[in-house]
Amino acid sequence: MSGSLRTWLLDEAPHSRGQARAGAFYRQWLAFRQNGLAMLGLSIVLGLVLVAIFAPLLAPYGPSAQDLDFRLQPPSQRHWLGTDELGRDILSRIIYGARITLGIVLLVVATVAPVGLAVGTLAGYFGGWVDAVLMRITDVFLAFPRLILALAFVAALKPGIENAVLAIALTTWPPYARLARAETLVVRKADYIAAVQAQGASGLRIVLRHVAPMCVSSTIVRMTLDMAGIILTAAGLGFLGLGAQPPSPEWGAMISSGRRFLLDQWWVAAMPGIAIFVVSLGFNLLGDGLRDVLDPKRE
Amino acid sequence: MILSAENLGVEFTGLKAVDGASFSVARGESYGLVGESGSGKSTVLRALAGLIGNWTGTIRFDGRELAHDRDRGFYARVQMVFQDPYGSLHPRQTVDRALAEPLAIHNMDRREARIEKALEEVGLGHGFRFRYPHQLSGGQRQRVAIARALIVEPEMLLLDEPTSALDVSIQAEVLNLLDALRRAHNLTFVMVSHNLAVVAHMCARLAVMNRGKIVEEMDTDALRRGEAKDPYTRRLMAASRGYDRKLAESFKTLD
Repeated sequence: MSGSLRTWLLDEAPHSRGQARAGAFYRQWLAFRQNGLAMLGLSIVLGLVLVAIFAPLLAPYGPSAQDLDFRLQPPSQRHWLGTDELGRDILSRIIYGARITLGIVLLVVATVAPVGLAVGTLAGYFGGWVDAVLMRITDVFLAFPRLILALAFVAALKPGIENAVLAIALTTWPPYARLARAETLVVRKADYIAAVQAQGASGLRIVLRHVAPMCVSSTIVRMTLDMAGIILTAAGLGFLGLGAQPPSPEWGAMISSGRRFLLDQWWVAAMPGIAIFVVSLGFNLLGDGLRDVLDPKRE
Repeated sequence: MILSAENLGVEFTGLKAVDGASFSVARGESYGLVGESGSGKSTVLRALAGLIGNWTGTIRFDGRELAHDRDRGFYARVQMVFQDPYGSLHPRQTVDRALAEPLAIHNMDRREARIEKALEEVGLGHGFRFRYPHQLSGGQRQRVAIARALIVEPEMLLLDEPTSALDVSIQAEVLNLLDALRRAHNLTFVMVSHNLAVVAHMCARLAVMNRGKIVEEMDTDALRRGEAKDPYTRRLMAASRGYDRKLAESFKTLD
């Protein structure tokens, strides 16, 4: 990085809004970079994103291209990770499966985080009956065991990736609401909130612009740590035949079909299993590192 | 009289934090509320500012009786500066954000110019505009808090121990700044402090509070001449001269 950009970012007296924000971000990045394991997590997650984006360029074969003469081949130069029972290249399927995994994670996160944050901050800030109603609803959702509800949900509708996402999202948001509420209860008593109240700000404005930003970092951390769990649940549903359906190259479904050959052709189930393991680990390491950097208690 | 409180009371679960306090403040005046910790002086200020909902009695501002819920117009005329400059600025917002927020709430025009002018007025230049609170000292933070209160051009400032969290050397600077701003903008101050010297320096009149009650109201000149009648006030004055074991004992027996 050039020296002048660095001085610009670390300027103690920034000259514009953008510079102030970029500088704050850069300082966090410097702190994050110190953590080797977190950097490893970040590179795994970035790798997953890149693989998902460039899947057609990276995959040597199509995800459903069958070659029945080469069924259940062990890893070789021609098929790096071997082939499955229909002669499909496992590496290519894992690469395309990254898209599905990433899609599930992003969909769940995009629905869960805003809902949890909104419910939690509103309940925590306004208190009284708003709190009672919102938190009892949260309790109801918290009472459902995640996988069982997902199973029931998918069974009642039809198996498929969309319903799996919906089922996971429905059971994932309550902890976020709890977390945001707990943080809000601390923040709402702070003088800087009293200060905006004394400026005449409306309750909604205070929640959105002053309270919620204080809860965002813990939500991001929790989300990153949760992503591993979301991937596992999605893979679990796929394994049970209730998530992604064949011939979709979803990792859980791939393990499920490979299980029949587990003893003789171990790579059919093991390769997608390793993919799930590595990506989950990556998200967990990233989340740990983010927590160290973003935790408001550090300031 | 721009502000008057009659028989003001605030109760927190069984404890009467403020009990029948009555006082009035003239336009352009600087009025002090003095008392030790827990005397209810800050609670009076928070009730005036509309930050506490459960007060009883009557508060009048500019001839109109105030309801518990204030309208936005009130907040444009009465602003507050808090005691702890480390807690009263949002840790994730730059000075610029902190100053832009009241302008946005009150829908004011020429925001750029107003922010620059407000920073200039409290003695912080443009160089401070895009800093975060953790990049500022205590005195600088309190100047930002003052700028934030003044940026909506209020008529009255409620000051809750504005210097007690600052170094002694910075205290005088901030007090002088407040005094100069009051003259320049013809502001009315209601200032809470536990420090008699600070109030004597800043205010023309003051009320002494003890255990939620106003025990004595007097002007600063009378205070300087030592004409305090109430025994609690006399002890407070003696205490402000320095620590004395006998005096400390006498606070225990006084009821």
